[in-house]
Amino acid sequence: MKNHKLSRQMMAAPYTAWIILFIVVPLGMVFYYGLTDKTGAFTLENVLDIMSAEHAKALWYALGLSLISTLICFLLAYPLAMILADREGNAKLNRHSLILLIFILPMWMNFLLRTLAWQTLLEKTGVINRILEFFHLPSLQIINTPYAIILGMVYNFLPFMVLPIYNALVKIDPNVISAAQDLGANRLQTFLRITFPLSLGGVISGITMVFIPALTTFVISKLLGGSKILLIGNVIEEEFTLASNWHLGSGLSIVLMLFIILNMVVSAIFDKEGEGNML
Amino acid sequence: MKKWFAMAGLCMASVLALGGCGNSASGKNGQVIVYNWGEYLDPETITMFEEETGIRVVYDEFETNEIMYPKVEAGATSYDVICPSDYMIQKMIANDMLAELNFDHLPHAKANIGQQYWEQSREFDPENKYSVPYCWGTVGILYNKTMVEEPIDSWSVLWDEAYKDNILMQDSVRDAFMVGLKLNGYSMNSTDAAQLEIAKNALIQQKPLVQAYVIDQVRDKMIGNEAAIGVIYSGEAIYTQRENPDLEYVIPKEGTNVWIDSWVITKDAPNKENAEAFINFMCRPDIALMNFEYITYSTPNDAARELIEDEDIRYSEIAFPDLKQYANLETFQYLGPEADEMYNELWKEVKSE
Amino acid sequence: MIRTTVKKIYMALIFIFLYAPIGTLIVLSFNASRTRAKWGGFTLKWYTALLENREIMQALWNTLLIALLSSLTAVVIGTVACIAIQGMSRQKRAIFMGITNIPMLNADIVTGISLMLLFISLGLKFGLGTILLAHITFNIPYVILSVMPRIKQLNPSIYEAALDLGATPLRAFFQVVLPDLLPGILSGFLMAFTMSLDDFIITHFTKGAGVDTLSTKIYTEVKKGIKPEMYALSTLIFVTVLILLMLVNRTPEEKRIPDK
Repeated sequence: MKNHKLSRQMMAAPYTAWIILFIVVPLGMVFYYGLTDKTGAFTLENVLDIMSAEHAKALWYALGLSLISTLICFLLAYPLAMILADREGNAKLNRHSLILLIFILPMWMNFLLRTLAWQTLLEKTGVINRILEFFHLPSLQIINTPYAIILGMVYNFLPFMVLPIYNALVKIDPNVISAAQDLGANRLQTFLRITFPLSLGGVISGITMVFIPALTTFVISKLLGGSKILLIGNVIEEEFTLASNWHLGSGLSIVLMLFIILNMVVSAIFDKEGEGNML
Repeated sequence: MKKWFAMAGLCMASVLALGGCGNSASGKNGQVIVYNWGEYLDPETITMFEEETGIRVVYDEFETNEIMYPKVEAGATSYDVICPSDYMIQKMIANDMLAELNFDHLPHAKANIGQQYWEQSREFDPENKYSVPYCWGTVGILYNKTMVEEPIDSWSVLWDEAYKDNILMQDSVRDAFMVGLKLNGYSMNSTDAAQLEIAKNALIQQKPLVQAYVIDQVRDKMIGNEAAIGVIYSGEAIYTQRENPDLEYVIPKEGTNVWIDSWVITKDAPNKENAEAFINFMCRPDIALMNFEYITYSTPNDAARELIEDEDIRYSEIAFPDLKQYANLETFQYLGPEADEMYNELWKEVKSE
Repeated sequence: MIRTTVKKIYMALIFIFLYAPIGTLIVLSFNASRTRAKWGGFTLKWYTALLENREIMQALWNTLLIALLSSLTAVVIGTVACIAIQGMSRQKRAIFMGITNIPMLNADIVTGISLMLLFISLGLKFGLGTILLAHITFNIPYVILSVMPRIKQLNPSIYEAALDLGATPLRAFFQVVLPDLLPGILSGFLMAFTMSLDDFIITHFTKGAGVDTLSTKIYTEVKKGIKPEMYALSTLIFVTVLILLMLVNRTPEEKRIPDK
């Protein structure tokens, strides 16, 4: 028995080493840089710099756009997940293959190329506008505006909302639903009091998986926003790649992590089961 | 417990060994790591260099001087040859990041680069010790004749409400501020806080009219009739005109930036001799000609210019302008760390507006 | 009847939304004009040019190599870690799982930056090695996430029975435990592979000179004008995966790789 324990500890060793070296230490370095100035003395200046006009604006923009995108993703994804999870409706369709086809396949077409393709679609002389022109409809001018960024976020992160909700919905025992209906609940009541509460875990993890990448992106705003709109992700990226001010960049990253932690706390409160719905 | 630590240590060691092995493949005569602007030479010349010398070229690209500098400074990659612009070369010299060149290894550079370009280089490399000119040019306005009625001769057109959402600006600090400063009649090397404030406000005022801040994308967007007016490097003018004959390039009357991009070798270059061989090769007339024809940026290589067959291009006013007839031309200077920070801060204010 | 029609329309709209850009890319791969702004007629020349484009082929090779090596390594480390974590006390397990989930929950940009800072301070030369380390790091949580539920379902007495019957622990593991874990391991591997393939941000911060994956290659090209060969390559990859998926789907229900 003793031997057993020892071998288990040995098995934990490589992984322990890995997470210390590649997760704990790097994060520690972000905190170190974020909380020191160029001379190495402790300071809160880098973190508090989020209050300065241009950083605060970038953060508000990022928060606003990512919240809107998350909401749109949710509104689009929930009905879709319900359709996919509907057992009777899809009897003939191979549901599994459908999901793979719709959501996994696009991921093999590179993320940047997919986003770039939206540029081609949305541009002034782009595909959509040519089609509109052909039908003598007014042109669509959303490229290089916040709307284009929202579109890019929704497009890229929608699968992350659909999959967890779908997973939560298929796990619901159909007997529970029929029981509710037998007891006289109508469709809406069944949905509001049974289906939705039972899928809440999936919804919460979906929100997390959309909100965080949307909040922190710098690529989508660059490609579809024409670099006219600076999000907090852009500011951080440029502190590292342009201004080479690692201290400020790390300080702002710490602020970003506070939001991520906040999000995790909120979802932990809502989603008491905790695990299983992430993917 | 001891065993546990031994295991952990072993894992870390093997991981470090893995990280260390980076790119070890190299040619029979070693390698040279080149860091150049995007689309800034004919890839065929690299193949030729590798075949002739047996030196493998590791090639990497940057978009702006400002992106290049932190990467070199961080030292995560030991670049051998870099091709920065004037003011950035000055900054790198000031920060002791460049190696003196051994011109005995650079016979083609000595023989073929025109005298006037060496003189021009002294503005940032006073003794011509560190750099070999590769391309030069101006910054100007590219406009689409079908979308712009009046003749354009001033930066002020970039503030014209009539072209709202039809203007493309450069997405880099110094180039953007150059326009803002020149418009108001200041030097583009100004460090005067009041002047910079005025330039910043001008750029903020311009922002609602700007379609997008881009760098190399100006080229494709102008060719595709996406915008009417764009700020662009003169070297792109020939290429874009070839693709879209409606485009016209002008140097505004308020003056502009005359720049030189030059080859330099880093101080800690692991392959200095190979680096010199590379620069020398790039100065060979036939190679310089290939590069000119591929990228259409003005070459300081007189011998190569003689080889240009198309007379229209050899004497083209766009490719080889006579700089004497333009007023207020300037070259960027390195302004010191405080001014750098000030520019960055102001630019961030413009961008986040 | 109306309900199903509405459903079908809704699905179709989402489908168009997701596939419009992909369709655009496929069309562009047949565009004879070099810039995506103009349609210059139908051509197949980018497909032949692709094979001769050393840089793109190298980037493709790097991408596949990194995806394969990183997901394989992540599978090994992750599976072993799962077994180890399962045997831990409640408290310790909570700490381990907490740290494990960080790369998955944290913003990619922060993960990328933190690894960049680490690699620089260790004095590593940025290249394939650093990208690989970074990818293994963010792949492990996906493996653990897929394998962990399988481990929980394991009946520990089977393993002990094997030991009692005289099998060495190693043999018992490979012959008794591993087959049960295999579906979880496979789906973890696939997930890690896909994530690695699609990653841009973390690679952006940890890559070195002249070593490009398709993502970083595209990012530099986006700015200076995408080479049409890239559209051709994406189309080829897309069609390959489509065919593979169809083949997988034709095999009987039970044998297919479960989606967790």
